[in-house]
Amino acid sequence: MSRKISMKQAINEALDLEMRRDPTVIVMGEDIVGGTGAHGEADAWGGVLGVTKGLHAKHGDRLMDTPLSESAYIGAAIGAAACGLRPVAELMFMDFMGVCFDQIFNQAAKFRYMFGGKAETPVVIRGMVGAGFRAAAQHSQMLTPLFTHIPGLKVVCPSNAYDAKGLLIQAIRDNDPVIFCEHKNLYGMECEVPAESYAIPFGEANVLRDGDDVTIVSYGLTVHRAMAAADALARERVEAEVIDLRTLSPIDWDSIVESVERTGRLVVVDEAHPRCNLATDIAAYVGQHAFGALKAGVQMVTAPHTPVPFAPSLEDLYVPSAEAIAAAALRTLAPTGTTPRSIAA
Amino acid sequence: MLNERIKPIVMPKWGLSMSEGKLTGWLKRPGASVALGDELLEVETDKITNVVEAGDSGILRRVLGEPGTVYPVKALIAVLAEPDVPDSEIDAFIDAYAAPATGGAGEEEEAGPRYHFAETPAGTLRYAKRDGTRGESGPAVLLLHGFGGDLDNWLFTIDALAESATVYALDLPGHGQSAKTLADPTLAGLSKAVLGFMDAAGIDRAHLVGHSMGGAVSMRTALDAPERVASLSLIASAGLGSAIDHGYIQGFTAANSRRDLKPVLETLFADQSLVGRKLVDDLLKYKRLDGVEAALRALSAALFADGAQAEILAGAVAATGLPTLVVWGEQDRVIPAAHATALGHAARSVVIPNAGHMVQMEAAGKVNALLKEHIGTPATGTAT
Repeated sequence: MSRKISMKQAINEALDLEMRRDPTVIVMGEDIVGGTGAHGEADAWGGVLGVTKGLHAKHGDRLMDTPLSESAYIGAAIGAAACGLRPVAELMFMDFMGVCFDQIFNQAAKFRYMFGGKAETPVVIRGMVGAGFRAAAQHSQMLTPLFTHIPGLKVVCPSNAYDAKGLLIQAIRDNDPVIFCEHKNLYGMECEVPAESYAIPFGEANVLRDGDDVTIVSYGLTVHRAMAAADALARERVEAEVIDLRTLSPIDWDSIVESVERTGRLVVVDEAHPRCNLATDIAAYVGQHAFGALKAGVQMVTAPHTPVPFAPSLEDLYVPSAEAIAAAALRTLAPTGTTPRSIAA
Repeated sequence: MLNERIKPIVMPKWGLSMSEGKLTGWLKRPGASVALGDELLEVETDKITNVVEAGDSGILRRVLGEPGTVYPVKALIAVLAEPDVPDSEIDAFIDAYAAPATGGAGEEEEAGPRYHFAETPAGTLRYAKRDGTRGESGPAVLLLHGFGGDLDNWLFTIDALAESATVYALDLPGHGQSAKTLADPTLAGLSKAVLGFMDAAGIDRAHLVGHSMGGAVSMRTALDAPERVASLSLIASAGLGSAIDHGYIQGFTAANSRRDLKPVLETLFADQSLVGRKLVDDLLKYKRLDGVEAALRALSAALFADGAQAEILAGAVAATGLPTLVVWGEQDRVIPAAHATALGHAARSVVIPNAGHMVQMEAAGKVNALLKEHIGTPATGTAT
């Protein structure tokens, strides 16, 4: 049975279903239980934005509140994974990853490789990414390119509730460490989600819209901006194909190249900073593998190379807009040396 | 206001989720003479592109719908009438028609099929029910989809049959939004599940319409409980011969990506451009559900092991004398159209050109007309 639920509910449901299915799944993080059952507790919140609310009542001590020490509990989760559990550790804001880089980059990501394939680390580290939440520079970054740089990590960033549920279930069942990036500004967005369990395989991009004129590739929140841009472009009789990557490691190169071979034009949209991000990565790959198909230079639409501003007016300008994406698409269609019109998206 | 001699042509509603459709082009010019079943126009939805066939005959007196434009479901897009109907009457009809469409086509008016769930011995089964649209409820018709399908395979069928019957469409166990566990993946097991559903839904006796594997299930049900089956309509049905494209069954079961599934689905249609992105996406969403792959593998092993159909029921069904209609798409690449004659004189057999395995979708108008005729006046043993 399928009904409309939010991305936050979809993530909660994925955790609940996997904990029911597999007794080795545990959940840990700061305030994820929220003091349920403790003396004087009034309303257990379940995580800073309530994603894990209600799970402690169903699964008890398989959910653990941890001390405010990311290096300690992420390390503990990775160790537990290497010893046979399937921990899902919530990092709250992905920006806090810095204090546990060694545990993730040097330990979790390397175990399979350095122990000759004899060790597996089925850990999921989930946390919030992205700007637009008025949470300032230390709680708003899109750090996905840091993780895609490291072999041994799988990196996921869903754009909607349906994908979030299926990708998180797949992440929990996966035998490698998965960095699961949840855009905080998508938590409230609803779509049709089956009540049953289902897993979306990694490395399979989603084509959200068909078009023959230009390919727009993105992930996370900016997928919705890309769709708004495609609507605006359609009013100008430009048909854009919109690809949602869903997983960044592994990445679905075939879908990108197949689409560009048909459209000949590519716009890559990434909320991360412009240097060495998914946009540069994809632009380079297409330049290497589909150069002959390109009818125009690849356009990149990214956040600027600055920390995320706290001033709301500046923060709103920071995340790639639908207008900027539509303008980039028109640049790929403009004859060389001309300036394309801008359109409202 | 209601002028019996003027027939409206409206944007059709294909399935529960369709709210609008894009008129991609007219296949008849204004003023053309139109016969029942003629292809009138093409409509594109996010799920499928299909032609709209004439449900009446007459002259295409007015064309209101513009190619390339999106219209809401039920919007008036053309008018059919005989040549002697004066223009003024047609103008009046068009003016009168616009009013209900804009004025408040409320929820009351929207009497389309609804999804329901029935608790049965085979688990929770989803079904759609559409009450007869012409007042009295009429006979019960139960539609059974094929391997890997679901009740949306009947999206062009349900409304048409509801003109003279109460229509049920079932998601068989392991399919659609029904329970994914299969107690018994054989035809006998599925037949038991169908009878259990009929008990739960309060259907004493029904005309069974089965597509592909659902056809074989219908036959098994008619043999197991003849008193509960009023007639059989077998569309590109399994159970009439041993041949089947095992590559399709295996490919469908194994595919878990858009790139793998799309070419498999294209074998279902004579016109492969009908396989749209949404059709592939919806099937992938179904195939990803826990338990589906195991259910499909169990069915495939029980029914189509070693590349041949395990149970052939043609002889037994022919011997029952049950009114039976067999319909096939001439270009069926999954089960050969040659099986259409397997029941000999015990059934009416029709092979439709330019259609594939999903003939009830690809040639919906023709198949619906045959089904209505068969269910409306079930005459025993008429051969054509």
